[in-house]
Amino acid sequence: MSDSDGASAASAVALAGAKGGRTAGARVALIGPPNSGKTTLFNRLTGLRQKVANFPGVTVERHTGVAVVADGREVPIIDLPGLYGLSPRSEDEQIAYDVLTGRRGDTGKPRAILLVLDSTNLARHLMLAAPILALGIPTLVILNMADDLRNRGGRLDLKALSSELGAPVALVSARQGEGIDQVFEYLAGQMPKPAPVELPILQDVPKCREWAGRVGCEARYRAPAPPKWTRRLDAVFLHPVVGLLVFLAVVVGVFQTIFSVADPAKDGVDWLIHLSSNWVASILPDSLFRSLLLDGVWNGVGSVVVFLPQVLLLFLFIGILEDSGYLARAALIADRTMARVGLQGKSFIPLLSAYACAVPAIMATRTIENKRDRMATILIAPFMTCSARLPVYTLIIAAFIPNRPVLGSFLGARALAMLALYVLGFLAAVLTARVLKSSILKSGRAPFLLEMPSYRWPTLQSLGLRLLDRSAVFLRRAGTVILLVMVILWVMAHLPLIHGHAPGIDRSLAGTLGRTIEPAIKPLGLNWKVGIGLITSLAARETIVATLGSIYGMDPESNQLGLERALEHDLTFGGALALLVFFAFAMQCISTIAVVRRETGGWKWPVLQFTYMGVLAYVGAFVAFHLIR
Amino acid sequence: MPPKTPKPASPPLDKDFRRAHTETVLQLTGNKTLTTLVDLARGDAGTLEEINLPGEEARRLMELGFLPGMRITAGWSAPGGDPRVFQVDGSEVALRRETARHLRVLLDPPKRPL
Ligand SMILES: Nc1nc2c(ncn2[C@@H]2O[C@H](COP(=O)(O)OP(=O)(O)OP(=O)(O)O)[C@@H](O)[C@H]2O)c(=O)[nH]1
Ligand SMILES: [Mg+2]
Repeated sequence: MSDSDGASAASAVALAGAKGGRTAGARVALIGPPNSGKTTLFNRLTGLRQKVANFPGVTVERHTGVAVVADGREVPIIDLPGLYGLSPRSEDEQIAYDVLTGRRGDTGKPRAILLVLDSTNLARHLMLAAPILALGIPTLVILNMADDLRNRGGRLDLKALSSELGAPVALVSARQGEGIDQVFEYLAGQMPKPAPVELPILQDVPKCREWAGRVGCEARYRAPAPPKWTRRLDAVFLHPVVGLLVFLAVVVGVFQTIFSVADPAKDGVDWLIHLSSNWVASILPDSLFRSLLLDGVWNGVGSVVVFLPQVLLLFLFIGILEDSGYLARAALIADRTMARVGLQGKSFIPLLSAYACAVPAIMATRTIENKRDRMATILIAPFMTCSARLPVYTLIIAAFIPNRPVLGSFLGARALAMLALYVLGFLAAVLTARVLKSSILKSGRAPFLLEMPSYRWPTLQSLGLRLLDRSAVFLRRAGTVILLVMVILWVMAHLPLIHGHAPGIDRSLAGTLGRTIEPAIKPLGLNWKVGIGLITSLAARETIVATLGSIYGMDPESNQLGLERALEHDLTFGGALALLVFFAFAMQCISTIAVVRRETGGWKWPVLQFTYMGVLAYVGAFVAFHLIR
Repeated sequence: MPPKTPKPASPPLDKDFRRAHTETVLQLTGNKTLTTLVDLARGDAGTLEEINLPGEEARRLMELGFLPGMRITAGWSAPGGDPRVFQVDGSEVALRRETARHLRVLLDPPKRPL
């Protein structure tokens, strides 16, 4: 589920383009301060769908794509993390800086630069123009957010600005597509070097700002009115009392809707799967192939697919949070808590995105300047409840916890249980951070500096695309990893053949495997069937749901019950609780292990992390089982 | 390209930068008070005088708009007053108290007595 899937696909496209096109190697780099709309423009130019969100530090690696200009030529474009200046302090800034100066061996210096600045805050953003123009690389200065500038009554003289800067200038709105033609025209043209103009001493920030102010003056820049709505909304969201109430209401609302709104949708998908499974059963003759389809695909993969509505709902909420600009406020509110465990508010942003998936979250830690803070954040991110845990939690909660109201119709027992599991993961994360930051990762306090973006309306289009992409990722995973595991499981459940017939599931290869590890998990109140699920969940957490669906389906004792009832029959309440705790703590995710290895540059940290989380999961589950039994 | 004649810079910067001369934190200059950013309550505004932080950290602050001579207005904060959002040079930036303490400002006279 990593964001880098998309990245590698994008660079594959780019390589193909570089080979076929006439401009091989001549790349154009998108440079600009964080949150100025570089990725939005990149997506416009290349037709790709890299992640856009309304807070600084969204892009943390370089992405490559191709823009096809008027005469059919392909121009490779590189999207980069944001830069405040040419003195990189964090990993993501370093990447942008290295590409810009040709220090990443594989690209060389860019052929041209698209300098993306926020036109609603021109004077400050122009500061970056000085060091960029001084590089002497052909540059198009793009003033983005033209729509916002106009709506808030700002304006400027583009001709004058262009002659002041010695480089062409385009006023565009990347989000609305206005003025994009000028960018395409530039890419199709000669792309001349910038004309020499008088630039300030680059090391001297006040001088640069003075220069930017003067250039703005020459261009008769009239700054737009302050964003009224941002001030008004902050008065609510950052209000000491109301702000916290809103925060709590949102959190409770999210969990309640996961059960009240998404549940009927889940039942609908469930019904469809049942219907199609009956249909397959009726048209195929009784054969091993039919059994593989029904037990492996429909009972197995199908029991994961039913959780798509829940997962999408979660992503919808995350999308609104990220696109509106509230996320940066949440980081602000969380800063004190983070400070108490020795981290800072910036660590909170990766942790929040870990609610979707730990892989992009671990990459997002690149924005944290302090190396040790970054390491600690990487190590605790997998404790946050990722979306792969959601199907497991939902299944077990629905099987064992009655749907009783707790706070009237506002909060039900199931939603409360789910909330408790999310809190459990968060507590494990911050307590671990505390331990790390007061021992092996002790460091001085890094200053916390976070730019607050203006609030923006999340567009239906961007939310829709997010959900579409998410569905694709979810279904692809169900159709590849999980399907593969299900086929292997089915084969193992039908071997060894006894007189040409499959043995019962408990005497099969799969059953034997489960029984082998049963002694280890018996103290947690779990049996061999769950044991098989725990083994398969190493591939991806939600595979346990598919595995149990498949095993209970093959078992004549439980195949008529449906997954929830079968699980309820098979486990005690204490065992179910132990299983939940185990999933809350254990690091059962190969992609996370791989990304931690890559980001920390070795096996030391991922091995340590896997062991620590595994031990904690086992002990936690043991305690849970023995307390509640 | 037209020849360039130096023109006055945009408003907040055309005042020459005032440097703080003494180590006194509280000092009266006319009806303005020299203090630090921590002491700004929501709605208070002042002009940045000096950043007492090591080079690298000061540089990052300056790149975000905290330049001597800039007007800074204190905005909302997280519950408990830390960190606080400051409006500076067209953007809003959150700082912790431990950082804000090192930024000296000349407080504007209060518009109306509280
Ligand atoms: N109103 C308006 N909003 C825009 C425009 N372009 C981008 N945005 C919004 O600005 C925010 C930031 O856009 P991104 O494309 O992620 O910015 P970025 O420069 O890639 O940001 P980083 O990757 O964090 O450096 C998003 O909420 C966009 O929807 C525009 O032309 N007009
Ligand atoms: Mg970006």
